[in-house]
Amino acid sequence: MSPDQRVRPAHPHVIDVGETGLRETNRALQASDGTGRFLLTDPRGAHALAVGLASPDEVVIDGPTGYYTAGMNDGAHVTVNGNVGVGVAENMMSGTVRVNGSASQSAGATAHGGLLVISGDAGARCGISMKGVDIVVGGSIGHMSCFMGQAGRLVVLGDAGDALGDSLYEVHIYVRGRVASLGADCVEKDLRPEHHAELAELLDRAGVTDVTTDEFRRYGSARTLYTFDVDNAAAY
Amino acid sequence: MPFDGHSLPGQTTAAQPAATRNAATQAPPGTPDPAVLRESATFPRTVIHEIQRAAATGIYDIRGWGAKRSLPHFDDLLFLGSSMSRYPLEGYRERCGTDVTLGTRYATKPLHLDIPVTIAGMSFGALSAQAKEALGRGASAARTSTTTGDGGMTAEERGQTSRLVYQYLPSRYGMNPVDLRKADAIEVVLGQGAKPGGGGMLLGQKISDRVARMRTLPTGIDQRSACRHPDWTGPDDLAIKILELREITGWEKPVYVKVGATRTYYDVKLAVKAGADVVVVDGMQGGTAATQDVFIEHVGIPTLAAIPQAVQALQEMDMHRKVQLIVSGGIRSGADVAKAMALGADAVAIGTAALIALGDNDPRYEAEYRALGSAAGFYDDFQDGRDPAGISTQDPELASRLDPEAAGRRLANYLHVLTMEAQTIARACGKAHLTHLEPDDLVALTLEAAAMARVPLAGTDWIPGHVGRGL
Repeated sequence: MSPDQRVRPAHPHVIDVGETGLRETNRALQASDGTGRFLLTDPRGAHALAVGLASPDEVVIDGPTGYYTAGMNDGAHVTVNGNVGVGVAENMMSGTVRVNGSASQSAGATAHGGLLVISGDAGARCGISMKGVDIVVGGSIGHMSCFMGQAGRLVVLGDAGDALGDSLYEVHIYVRGRVASLGADCVEKDLRPEHHAELAELLDRAGVTDVTTDEFRRYGSARTLYTFDVDNAAAY
Repeated sequence: MPFDGHSLPGQTTAAQPAATRNAATQAPPGTPDPAVLRESATFPRTVIHEIQRAAATGIYDIRGWGAKRSLPHFDDLLFLGSSMSRYPLEGYRERCGTDVTLGTRYATKPLHLDIPVTIAGMSFGALSAQAKEALGRGASAARTSTTTGDGGMTAEERGQTSRLVYQYLPSRYGMNPVDLRKADAIEVVLGQGAKPGGGGMLLGQKISDRVARMRTLPTGIDQRSACRHPDWTGPDDLAIKILELREITGWEKPVYVKVGATRTYYDVKLAVKAGADVVVVDGMQGGTAATQDVFIEHVGIPTLAAIPQAVQALQEMDMHRKVQLIVSGGIRSGADVAKAMALGADAVAIGTAALIALGDNDPRYEAEYRALGSAAGFYDDFQDGRDPAGISTQDPELASRLDPEAAGRRLANYLHVLTMEAQTIARACGKAHLTHLEPDDLVALTLEAAAMARVPLAGTDWIPGHVGRGL
């Protein structure tokens, strides 16, 4: 049985975070067997909420959260109805994290897998050092996004700030709006049919229906900095 | 870095022919007379060689190992054994304890070690899987801990290690919650003694398919390890990051914070404030797998200078012995262990010395070291991946030379010797446990060491920069 086919109770288990406290809330989520449905209320901007989840439970957080929300998620499907702080879904391995709001900096940092969807804007360094995660941002992203991005896909429906994709490795970046500037070794690339297909699949998984892939431009690594060459010293 | 032909005993080099070294009278006609030649103190041959190398290649020298320059070190301190005013313990008769518990501040499962000597973090990638396994075997046999590194946790290492510290590094290579939960402690690495403020560089020749897969990077490219954590920007963020790691691991495991020795007093205070269970301070004699020579030799402060700063910070916060202090960077002997602990450390960590114990720079590979332009005792090209000893390499043939069981036994032997040596000194100072050693057991041989270690110059009650301290 795949994680998404598991039978979950019709009514979610409601946890008042303000009353239960961070430790007990996380303990309850981490102890679930993967069939749970949880509604976390009154999160009060708590840091490190719903972190280290290792089962495909459904978790909805009603309200804004702080740093590292759903950090190191490995299989859970977490939705935040509100804004999130620094490092949402940092080092995520699998599962989904959806933010119905905006995110602070370093969203999806170093994440290895799974899908991170942010309906609003994301701050600086979105996808920094990402290692395989797919990130879809409905709004705009800040400067130095995808810095040292290693693997995965980053889709931005709005604009991108300065130095997009600096020192990029193998991440595919798609931006619909304006890019303030590209970072070292990041270049615009052709959007070939396979990229249209890849982008369409990502938009579909993210639930984005009102745009076409023709509206995007693709960016990737020029790979000129993969091994040191003194003639490229100015780029370092 | 190719061997540049200086200071090797018994070696004939272009720069200093054997004939001229042995007897000027035997030199062939036209050979420069070293009695007449005068080497520049500002431009000795090593400096000339580096300028020539830089001009030819256009890149700075990257190498492994640690600082090679002479620095104030533990050798500049002496112990005051007991006579009348102190009462010694009988060697081989009276017990001198060596165990240490790390992580007593918050962790529900602190790490108990039989000896206060641990193995520092060294990455799979920089080291072969066999070397990592040998480190685990040696540490486990000595009932102490070893530490992962930049490449993540390998099954070989976890499988052979009874107490494994998992490093949470800026690169986050191979970082995952499964391995995090398998660890016995977590070490948040902010800096390294050989290169505080700098990231690493694993050159493409060492990036095998397995190393590349663990680091999520293409095979064969130069891999840069970040110098700072990507998702936090300061000590207040670190406090939240530590909270996250604790929440993920159920508050069971000790959380260490490792800093390279620079502004140690402030860094230790901030690490404690952020919630560290253990602070690790790595002095500039600490080793590295590969970084710029100029970084290794010119950034950071000596281990000796860092310890008193760290201890002062802990004492001022009333956290000395509550937040444990691990010191690393150039630890070689039981005397070094005892001196670090007398200055206030709870434990030490070894890196370079552990590699030597495994078989690094072994003279039996002399011919191969020579073929690489180096020599046994001088080999530091860990970045090249051609280590004849099979330790700092990913070449399957070279790596297979290292027998993890035999190398692990050598490491365990060495760890036992370090411990017994430290015990011998502690007993002479009248101590029934290594942690009972104290600064009053030490004097300094040099003004520099006295000032840095904050112990009196031998035969005096004078600590440079301090007043009011009696004999």
